Amino acid sequence: MYAIIAGGGKVGFFLARELIDQGHEVLMIENNPERAEFIANELGNVVLRGNADEASTLAEAGAERADVVIAVTGDDEDNLVLLQVAKRRFGTRRTIARINDPRNENLFRMLGIDAVMNATQVMLSVLEQEIPQSNLVPLLRLRNTDVEVVEAVVDARSRVTGKPLSTVELPPESTIAVVIRKGSAFFPNGTTVLEPGDEVVAMTRNVHEPYLRGLFFGDR
Amino acid sequence: MFVIIMGCGRVGARLALMLTRAGHEVTVLDLKSSAFSRLGADFKGTTMIGEARDQEVLRRAGIEHADAFVAATQGDNRNIMASQIAQHVFGVKRVVTRIYDPLRSDTFAALGLQAISPTIIGANAFYEELTGESASTVSA
Repeated sequence: MYAIIAGGGKVGFFLARELIDQGHEVLMIENNPERAEFIANELGNVVLRGNADEASTLAEAGAERADVVIAVTGDDEDNLVLLQVAKRRFGTRRTIARINDPRNENLFRMLGIDAVMNATQVMLSVLEQEIPQSNLVPLLRLRNTDVEVVEAVVDARSRVTGKPLSTVELPPESTIAVVIRKGSAFFPNGTTVLEPGDEVVAMTRNVHEPYLRGLFFGDR
Repeated sequence: MFVIIMGCGRVGARLALMLTRAGHEVTVLDLKSSAFSRLGADFKGTTMIGEARDQEVLRRAGIEHADAFVAATQGDNRNIMASQIAQHVFGVKRVVTRIYDPLRSDTFAALGLQAISPTIIGANAFYEELTGESASTVSA
């Protein structure tokens, strides 16, 4: 895979090092001369000095043959603009952005950026995994939609236990896809009765998440 | 019409004055209150301190009923992003963006932004003054 990484800050640097270790071809675009030199000293001849938001720099970097362009600068507007240039001008197949202000996520998706990494959201997911009170864990969000795949462990106090699923009032536009009980997975139907400790993988729109949360954990 | 202008520099301020004098309603946004001194004491429009890439600020400025949005800050990328928010998130009909870099200007014009590149306009004006020939016959 050929990956162009725009922005040689901490995120870009460690990402580049990891991808190089995995045997991928990587080119980092970094504008600051001292930082570019530091990265070249650490990682070898993988740095192009220049502004990644300029078409000439992306052309020199070979954006046309890149499998992915990843924008990880600290400025959302720079990331947004350079990825649109990569996509529209050079036909880059995949574009991935780091988003600094979580409120910009929808705009990036609306404008065709293929994937976004929102550090605030990542931290929230980790928090939800770490802190049992809020253990509805978002596994992934389906591309360009508000549909999320979430995982939960059914709590003893939950209203869903002890009765068939067909009598459980799920939020609208939600479905329980898989149940994992004592290590083995099965596909539930209306007669399935959930037990405390069951791991449930559900799909829902993110607006319904709070309701789903209340359902699995007992409202408290 | 009601126009929101982001950036109260020389161009933004001058445009704001021209529009209000022509009877239009104008709100000017800038990060620094000192920038509004360019508008003079008799400016009839509204001024607001804030970052136009922030959708909340745009909402408070009245973007939902704006007829037009102008991005005229010094930063090409800031202008582009704010304009795309105005266009795609709020559905503003007329959005005009200053983009200094001619290549970037081309790219985003192709993506549907009404882009004005002072670099192209300025160089063309110089060329025509110097040679007496139309700049449209040559390329940079």
